[in-house]
Amino acid sequence: MTRTRRRRLMLVGGLFVGLAAATALALTAFSENILYFYQPSEIVAGDVPTHTRFRIGGLVENGSVDRNSDDLLVRFTLADCQASVPVQFRGTLPDLFREGQGIVAYGELNESGQFVADEVLAKHDENYMSPDVADAMKDESGESCMPTNMQAKR
Amino acid sequence: MHESWQQFWAMGGYAPYVWGSYAIAAIVIVGNIVTPVLVHRHIARRIKNEEYDD
Amino acid sequence: MLWLHRFGSLPYFYRVSRPIAIALAVPGVLLAAYGVYGGLVNAPVDYQQGDAFRILYIHVPSAWLSLFGYTSMAIAGVVALVWRLKLAEIFLVAAAPVGASFTFLALVTGAIWGKPMWGTWWVWDARLTSELILLFLYLGVIALHNAIESPRTAARACALLSVVGVINVPIIHYSVEWWNTLHQGPTVTRFGRPAMEMDMLWPLLCAALGFTLMFGWLTLWNMRAQLLWRERRSRWAKKVFSDA
Repeated sequence: MTRTRRRRLMLVGGLFVGLAAATALALTAFSENILYFYQPSEIVAGDVPTHTRFRIGGLVENGSVDRNSDDLLVRFTLADCQASVPVQFRGTLPDLFREGQGIVAYGELNESGQFVADEVLAKHDENYMSPDVADAMKDESGESCMPTNMQAKR
Repeated sequence: MHESWQQFWAMGGYAPYVWGSYAIAAIVIVGNIVTPVLVHRHIARRIKNEEYDD
Repeated sequence: MLWLHRFGSLPYFYRVSRPIAIALAVPGVLLAAYGVYGGLVNAPVDYQQGDAFRILYIHVPSAWLSLFGYTSMAIAGVVALVWRLKLAEIFLVAAAPVGASFTFLALVTGAIWGKPMWGTWWVWDARLTSELILLFLYLGVIALHNAIESPRTAARACALLSVVGVINVPIIHYSVEWWNTLHQGPTVTRFGRPAMEMDMLWPLLCAALGFTLMFGWLTLWNMRAQLLWRERRSRWAKKVFSDA
């Protein structure tokens, strides 16, 4: 490699490393604001300020879904391994919404400790399979109370 | 797997979403094929007619 | 190294690029068609997402190409900046619109999938946001190329943007692991227990490989047009078309 080429390579490499470092710093600074959600146990423990809007992520508890056909109000509880929070939502739910599903809701807590959501998003996991295989796997897998894809990263 | 053709086209109720995605994909891919051919043809014709010689 | 020199010669490349493009196009289209057919027709429905998951067979290959394309442009960018190889300049300029269109496709099919499944077309999570930034990087390369008159200066500016912007590629890939995202984690590249049934995975891999070959074909197609434009006043270009 000639001298000029080595110099150009160093220049390009140096520029790249510098920018990568700057990006890494910027990302660490901003990372907290990207789809940050609290888990139900943190809310029950009082770690979340009241009268602010925030996201809550957890599993829809089995048997907790109560649909009111008159006014489209849906009540359910969101749970992680330690605690659960009652949620109410008025609107159309995503097709993946079901009991045991991980969801992320956006809204705020009211005085009685109910989470009033105005947005409910379903989060699906990275597994793809046919219904037959899913049935077969249900028996052997000890369902976790909070799968890794729903655990908030801090 | 689908029971019938009718069921295939219905895509379990997700027909607009699934077929919409595939239609957009087809448009994008065809566009990618046709555009360079047209550009190439245009430049080749102008080279042949010596339009770049000024 | 001699063949590399010969390959670097523009008239030689112009001549051989056509058969190479066709050699990529035929298996590429066949594999992609086979993969899409397998995904749409043969693969079983997903236990949670039903038939909506079949959008995957467009979405994943497009998303893969968006990363592959930009990475290849960055490599060509280094070659263009350090070795001043004209062919590398032409490659990265020609790959940009192809990569941009597949990035667009990944974003649009993702939105169409997200609406019924997640309940929203768009969410500002780390995966979606970084992929959108990738689209802007591609558009930036295209805009730079159009804005600068001199083709060599333009290509060098594009090369620099490609090299710098490639930082975004690992960010996109690891975004689902580093941050809370609505987008799910990796399926295909995950180690350990397979996260996808073979009947679903096999067509997906075929489609991804087919799309990759098609990317090569479409980029070569663009390179030929780009090359001819740059060499429009050269003697060899005139000779090629005066004979015909």
